[in-house]
Amino acid sequence: MNRTAPLLAVLAVVLLALPHVVGSYALSVATLILYFAYTGQAWNVMMGFAGQLSLGHSLYVGVGAYAAGTLFYHYEIGPWAGLWLALALCVLLGLAIGFLAFRFGISGVYFALLTIAFAEFTRLGFDHADWLGGPGGMFLRVAQRDTWDLANFRGPPIMYYYTMLALAAGALALCAWLLRSRAGYYWQAIRENEEAARALGINTLRWKMLAVALSAAMTGVSGVFLAFYYNNLFPEQIFHISRSIEIILGPVIGGVGTLFGPILGAAVLTLLSEGITEALAALGWESPGVKQVFYGLVLLMVVMFLPNGIWPGLARRMGVGR
Amino acid sequence: MSALLEVRSVSKSFHGLRAVHDASFEVPPGAINALIGPNGAGKTTIFNMVAGVYPPDAGEIVFDGRRINGLRPDQMCAAGIGRTFQIVKPFAGLSVLDNVIVGALLREKSVAAARQVSRDILEKLHLGSKSNLPASSLSLPDRKRLEVARALATRPTLLLLDEVMAGLRPIECDQMVEVFRGLNRREGLTILLIEHVMRAVMALAQDIGVLHQGEVIARGMPAEVVRDPAVLECYLGEEIEV
Repeated sequence: MNRTAPLLAVLAVVLLALPHVVGSYALSVATLILYFAYTGQAWNVMMGFAGQLSLGHSLYVGVGAYAAGTLFYHYEIGPWAGLWLALALCVLLGLAIGFLAFRFGISGVYFALLTIAFAEFTRLGFDHADWLGGPGGMFLRVAQRDTWDLANFRGPPIMYYYTMLALAAGALALCAWLLRSRAGYYWQAIRENEEAARALGINTLRWKMLAVALSAAMTGVSGVFLAFYYNNLFPEQIFHISRSIEIILGPVIGGVGTLFGPILGAAVLTLLSEGITEALAALGWESPGVKQVFYGLVLLMVVMFLPNGIWPGLARRMGVGR
Repeated sequence: MSALLEVRSVSKSFHGLRAVHDASFEVPPGAINALIGPNGAGKTTIFNMVAGVYPPDAGEIVFDGRRINGLRPDQMCAAGIGRTFQIVKPFAGLSVLDNVIVGALLREKSVAAARQVSRDILEKLHLGSKSNLPASSLSLPDRKRLEVARALATRPTLLLLDEVMAGLRPIECDQMVEVFRGLNRREGLTILLIEHVMRAVMALAQDIGVLHQGEVIARGMPAEVVRDPAVLECYLGEEIEV
């Protein structure tokens, strides 16, 4: 347990120094890893802590991205104001879905289906929203700068890297704190046995709603990041179910309900996937879809041989906390 | 002195099947009462109504002078009714201590305070040495103790025990009886138990209600009840071991 702090410190130093050592390609991969570590952590609050399976988290990424993107695109309002709109919309959406499901006793797989349904019809809705660019997409004015312009969230790649690093670290700290707080105990009780949790005086509806709202809000922030990192938004991409699956693969492979699982899972998955893409390119194979097949295989292996994910066993061996 | 728990003419049917019919009884504060009866007599149904799992179709449940029909389980617990489950429901992935902390958080402001309270309760129930084990690794008797510990952590004024002695060896049963006696005497905890193990019922209960096919067919002191012809008839073929 007491080896956790030094290892965290080493990891922090490595991640802080990284952009000054590696090239631009590696930096973009590292940013991607941090992005998935962050969204995985956000999803983990709902599923890993409170036991509520969402397969539609692309909804919150998309709504967050479009909320901030639209304000910037139509009114030139910067991302910091957009962030608040994104947070508000995602929390409201999360609460609406949560209330619909939990109030009427929809749980488990059926709840997961409901989350997919919301993401899907939002995607269709955005496809028909011409004001937001429709299927043709929304393109934010790009002003590539060499200097950091945090007010408008414009700057060199290194700025986006550090932003994502701050978000991932913040999410980790928040989750670590939550797990040790009343919320963490209540969520885990609900996850393990909801009836018993209720009998111990826990208003399970309220605490499940809190988990969904928090998870949605955290995920919405990643959407705002995405909008200003890529500068173009397409409903078919951002709301697509494969994006939801990408979000959950990290924590599933790393270890659902753990703190470092989502981070480790994101790193393993992104590095392997980038590595395979590179290797295939070097071999001269043009094969779209190979990434999906690869995701499928990795998932299959982990589910078969490490049903609790990679992290729990590794943490035990290293003698650190979860 | 008025009763802590009053069940007044309560009825409950499931899809037309009558589980409890016009059942009435009360539990005075500080008492240990038992509900006995053959399987399917409606004991657990009554418990579930008092614990808020479902509301009665008819009748009233009054707790501490307040009508509590139809409150949710968490509200019942907050009002001071703690319960255990006949089929134990531990939070399997959490440690024994964390299981109890979940219960203790109802009355404690901080996790640290809840942890302290939980440690004390686990000691009382002879589970102190197993605090850090995952709940899933416990044996059945220990899981039953954990059920009790978790319910006690919510600091109930009335504790509902649903067959906590089943599956315990006689010596473990006697140990459990001592725990409940102690809680009753020292802390004034009122207890209502459903139990098949007559050894425990006779040792603990001051008053017994006998349920048969959803109706209360006999009430009284243990020694009287076990001689009641109506009770003997519904247990026909089963000898009540005193």
